[in-house]
Amino acid sequence: MTIEDIQNEIIDEFSMFDDWEERYQYMIDLGKELPLIDEQYKTENNIIKGCQSKVWVHAEMTDDKIAFTADSDAIITKGIIAILIRAFSNQHPKDIIDADTSFIDKIGLKEHLSPTRANGLVSMVKQLKMYAIAYQTQLN
Amino acid sequence: MFNVQDIRKDFPILSRKVNGKPLAYFDNAATSQTPQQVIDAIVDYYANYNANIHRGVHTLSQEATDLYEQARQKIQAHFNAKFSHEIILTSGATHSINLVANGFSSLLKKGDDIIVSALEHHSNIVPWQMLCERTGANLKVIPMNEDGELVMSVFDNLLSKNTKLVFLNHISNALGTINPIEYVIEKAHQVGSAVLVDGAQACPHIKPDVQALDVDFYVASAHKMCGPTGVGMLYGKEAWLNKLPPYQGGGEMIAEVTFEKTTYADLPHKFEAGTPNIAGGIVFGAAIDYMNNIGFDAIAAYEKELLDYATQKLLAIDGLKIYGTSKNKTSVISFNLENIHPYDVGTILDKLGIAVRTGHHCAQPIMDYYGIPGTIRASLAFYNTKEEIDTLVEGVKKAKMMLS
Repeated sequence: MTIEDIQNEIIDEFSMFDDWEERYQYMIDLGKELPLIDEQYKTENNIIKGCQSKVWVHAEMTDDKIAFTADSDAIITKGIIAILIRAFSNQHPKDIIDADTSFIDKIGLKEHLSPTRANGLVSMVKQLKMYAIAYQTQLN
Repeated sequence: MFNVQDIRKDFPILSRKVNGKPLAYFDNAATSQTPQQVIDAIVDYYANYNANIHRGVHTLSQEATDLYEQARQKIQAHFNAKFSHEIILTSGATHSINLVANGFSSLLKKGDDIIVSALEHHSNIVPWQMLCERTGANLKVIPMNEDGELVMSVFDNLLSKNTKLVFLNHISNALGTINPIEYVIEKAHQVGSAVLVDGAQACPHIKPDVQALDVDFYVASAHKMCGPTGVGMLYGKEAWLNKLPPYQGGGEMIAEVTFEKTTYADLPHKFEAGTPNIAGGIVFGAAIDYMNNIGFDAIAAYEKELLDYATQKLLAIDGLKIYGTSKNKTSVISFNLENIHPYDVGTILDKLGIAVRTGHHCAQPIMDYYGIPGTIRASLAFYNTKEEIDTLVEGVKKAKMMLS
């Protein structure tokens, strides 16, 4: 599936919820299920510092596709990471670079990706794209 | 007679909704809300008196100057300073602290000691670290105990003839502990050290008497006491303020300028370079009037009632731990739910219209002491109600249910 297909799928899933509570409960459950990053990658180097919650991201490329793993110490942040990783993982670097994140608005989680929200997510999206750019230069 | 429902009518913002729910505002230690009387004072200034002060011969300038200086006198009376020129109007407590720290850079030498407390806000740590880097002085720290109280026996041992300045907050922003400043001031004076007290968190709750305290410097911010942001004050004993060099150069702070030599203006203008926050200063006075009309005894009594009620209700939640358990504290409750990140709880509470602060509250050393990433902080004000506390307690229970 393309990134866009996955994003549309996520939008469909979230459209089933009537209120914020159901949306958040789903996101919290996603956070709990998120495959944890391998402990060896939970290093200072891989940490994205938000003021309040920490985010760790690791990227690896196999067969021209990048796989992301990540973690956070806050569960709601982790839920959003799970959504972002689902959309961006196992994709070609170029597609990750070109992808937009407006689907986050459409599922009612816009406030979490505000640049002034100190949870590390904005920096995380930037970091995912930076990895993609770095791997893309290897492919060129 | 203190009636919270009448008081709430003074605060337009308290009737707004957030995320479709009535606002329950518990972030008062970050900034207090503004009563209509204070909002009116802002409007009144710009509608009727707006002019630059101190230099104009025209009527508007004179009226604005009078209002500004009357505000200074109100602040003087409120804090019981001996002279109005001991009140320096600043942009807030942080500015006031930096003004003193900068002044001390010409008074300190290598081997001198500055003592600060472990309960400080970052804005209270960094200026002293910078000052120590500049002068070669040493920074020493009064540690805290599990209850969030300063350990006075260690403080006694830190004091020596090398101690030049002791700095601590009157009340901790992260935990609400009321520090024993009377003791600190007395002991510090015995070794000839000056004492600077940050009253930013104290002034919304109590009325300090700087002469009775015999404190050398005391700072406050208007926006924590129902006033506007961007204005605050530094109280300094006249002798100390005369000893400190000017902080910033500019208009207002000079008496005479030639290219050979500038003579500085007298207090307080020596420390008030440039056009000040005129409206802010005047309205700071209006905010002090507002709080005094309610009365600090009534405020303290009611807030104590709220604190006891909230503490008891919150502690009834299984797995909830309160940080800062000193018997001597104001209406601040810093807490966590077991195995749940404070950020997650804050996010759910926001969805319910409840405003709390989460994080390390710019007091990372305190969080490191407890080994936690941060806390959820509910800081109560005299316009909060028990019903709002019930809303908070229900919200915390709901967050716990969703997040566990």
